Amino acid sequence: MTDSAGTIEIRLEDLSKRFPGQKEPAVESLSMEIPKGEIVILVGPSGCGKTTTMKMINRIIEPTSGRIFLDGEDVTKVNPDHLRRRIGYVIQQIGLFPHQTIAENIATVPKMLDWDKKKIADRVEELLEMVGMDPGQYRDRYPKELSGGQRQRVGVARAMSADPDVMLMDEPFGAIDPITRDRLQNEFLRLQEDIKKTIIFVTHDIDEAIKMGDRIAILKERSQIAQFDTPERILVNPADDFVADFIGRGASLKRLSLSRVRDVELHQWPTAQEGASPDEVRRVLDASDKSAVLLLDSQQRPLRWVNADHLGRADGGHELSKLGLPAEAVVQPNATLSDTLNEMITARYSTAIVVDADRAYQGIVDIDTINETVRTMREAERGRLRPEQTADEEDGQ
Amino acid sequence: MPDEISWYESFWTYLQFTWQDLAKLALDHAIVVIISVLLSTIIGVALGVLTYRTERPRELTLAVTGTLLTIPSLALFTLLIQLPLLGLGAGSVILALTMYGLLPIVRNTIVGLREVEPAVVESAQGMGMSRGKRLWSIELPLAWPVVLTGVRVSTLLLIGIAAIGAYINGPGLGDEIFSGLAQIGSATALNQVLSGTLGVIVLAILFDLVYVAIFRFTIPKGIR
Repeated sequence: MTDSAGTIEIRLEDLSKRFPGQKEPAVESLSMEIPKGEIVILVGPSGCGKTTTMKMINRIIEPTSGRIFLDGEDVTKVNPDHLRRRIGYVIQQIGLFPHQTIAENIATVPKMLDWDKKKIADRVEELLEMVGMDPGQYRDRYPKELSGGQRQRVGVARAMSADPDVMLMDEPFGAIDPITRDRLQNEFLRLQEDIKKTIIFVTHDIDEAIKMGDRIAILKERSQIAQFDTPERILVNPADDFVADFIGRGASLKRLSLSRVRDVELHQWPTAQEGASPDEVRRVLDASDKSAVLLLDSQQRPLRWVNADHLGRADGGHELSKLGLPAEAVVQPNATLSDTLNEMITARYSTAIVVDADRAYQGIVDIDTINETVRTMREAERGRLRPEQTADEEDGQ
Repeated sequence: MPDEISWYESFWTYLQFTWQDLAKLALDHAIVVIISVLLSTIIGVALGVLTYRTERPRELTLAVTGTLLTIPSLALFTLLIQLPLLGLGAGSVILALTMYGLLPIVRNTIVGLREVEPAVVESAQGMGMSRGKRLWSIELPLAWPVVLTGVRVSTLLLIGIAAIGAYINGPGLGDEIFSGLAQIGSATALNQVLSGTLGVIVLAILFDLVYVAIFRFTIPKGIR
C-alpha cells in the first residue's frame, strides 16, 4: 500500500500480543492507521491494552503476530535499537538518568548516532530553549535539582533530541499536579503547532484526550477499537454505549474545552471611562438593561464594576475608580470556553470579561453565549452526519 | 619485684625494636587482601550481572556464595593446601579469601542492580540503547554505591580472615599472632599477639579511610 505512505505515518496490521501464562490476549488483532502530523490518543479503562499497544510500536513489547509499518516501511523485524532511535519516547515517570546532567540526558540519542560534539551542544541548547528552560542555567544541573514539571520538559526535550518524526507518550503528564499539568499541556500543544510530529499519546483521562487529541481511539478490553474519530464527533455521536459511558455524562460540558473564546461572537457590556462623572455613568447605566457599568482605564483595561449604589456614593464626593467591585474573571481570546465558564460561574453578573493581549477590553462572554455555542456546535455536527445517516436509512429500505 | 616493668612499657619497647618488621608484615597483609578483594570483585560483580534478572540462577548464586562463608577458615585453609599447585603459602590464602569475599559483593551487586528504577532502564531501552550499553552506562553506575559498599564490607572481612592464613604459612600480621600463641608464657608472647592484633585493627582503619576517598571520587555527582 504505497499510496498511503504519504499521509499515513504508522500503520498497525492485525497486531496481537499474548503474554505467556495468560488466557486472554492483551491485544487482539488490532488494525489502525495513524495520520502524519497528528496527535492520536489511545484512551480506555485500565487494563484495556492501550499501553501494550503503544509499546509494540517501538517494540519494547514484541508483538506475537501482526505487522507494524512506519512511513510505509515494515519495521516488525528490523533491529529494535535502530528503530527506537527514530521514535521519541516519553513515559509517565520520565526516567531521566539521575547520574547524568540535563545536557547529557538530552544528548543520549545524538551521541548514539555519533553526532559531532558541536552539533550535539547546539541541539541541546535549542531543545532547552524550545521547552522554555534557560540553557545556561539548567544545562549542567542534575535531574534531582529540578521540579517535577521541569523534569517533564527535559523528558520531552530528550525524546525530541534526534528530531524523530514519531513520538510515543505514555501518560506523560500523569504524575504532575493539576495546575502544572494544564500549563504543560498548553505548552505542548503550542509546540506541536510548530513541530508537527506524529504522536501516539496514551492516557486513561478522557478530558486530557479531548484536550490534546486530533483524533481519539477509545479502546475496550484486548485493545478493541470502540471508536476512532475526532473529539467533536466522539462527543456528539458516541458509537455505542461503551463510548457514551466512557465519555461520561458531561459530554456537552466537555465540548466546551474544544472551542475558544476567539471562536465565539462576543457580547457587549455598557462601559465608561474611569475619569467620567457620576452623571455620565448614570446615563450609560440607565440606557442599558444591565445593573452595572464596567469602568475602563485610559488604556481600555477593565477596572471595576459600578452599580447604582456606588454612583450614589460617588455623588457624595468619592472617586468612582475607588468605588465599585473589582473586575475579575478576565480571559484572553485563546482561553477555552470551559475555562471561561469556570471563571464565569464565580464571577459577578455571571460574566467573563474578554481582553486582548494588551489587556484592553474586547467584550464579554455570558451564559447565553456559551449556550448558543453548544447548540450551534451540536447542530453543525448533526448536519455533517445527516447525509450518511440518510444513506444508511435508504439502504435499509 | 621493684624492677619489674609494666606490660605496656614492655610492649612499647618491643614496638621500638620491631616496628620495621611489623610494617613489612602489615604491607604483605595488605597486598594479600587487595589481590583477594580485586578477584572477589571481578568474579562477584560478574556473577551478579549474569544472574540478577533471573530468579533461579540468582538464588543459586546467593546460596552457594553464602555457604562458602560458613566454612570455618581453618578447615578451608587445610583443605586448600591439599590441592596440587597451591600447597602452603600465599596462593591458597588468596584463593580462600577470594571465596570468602564473594557473598557481600555478589549480594550487593544483585541488590544494587535490581534497585535501579525500572523507568530509567525503560527510557534507556526506549531510546534505543543496547543491552550492553544500558548495563555499562546506566545500570552499573547507578548500582555502584551499593556494589562499593559490598566491596568495603568484603575488605574488612578479609583483613580479619587473612590473619588466620598464617596457619598455612600465608604472609601477613597473622604470622606475628601465631608465633606469639606458639610460645604462650614466654616474655614476648603477649607483645607479639598484641602487636599483630593491633596491626590488623590499624590496617582495617586505614583501608576504611581509603574507601571514604574511593566513594567520594567514584560516585557520580547526580546520585551523591
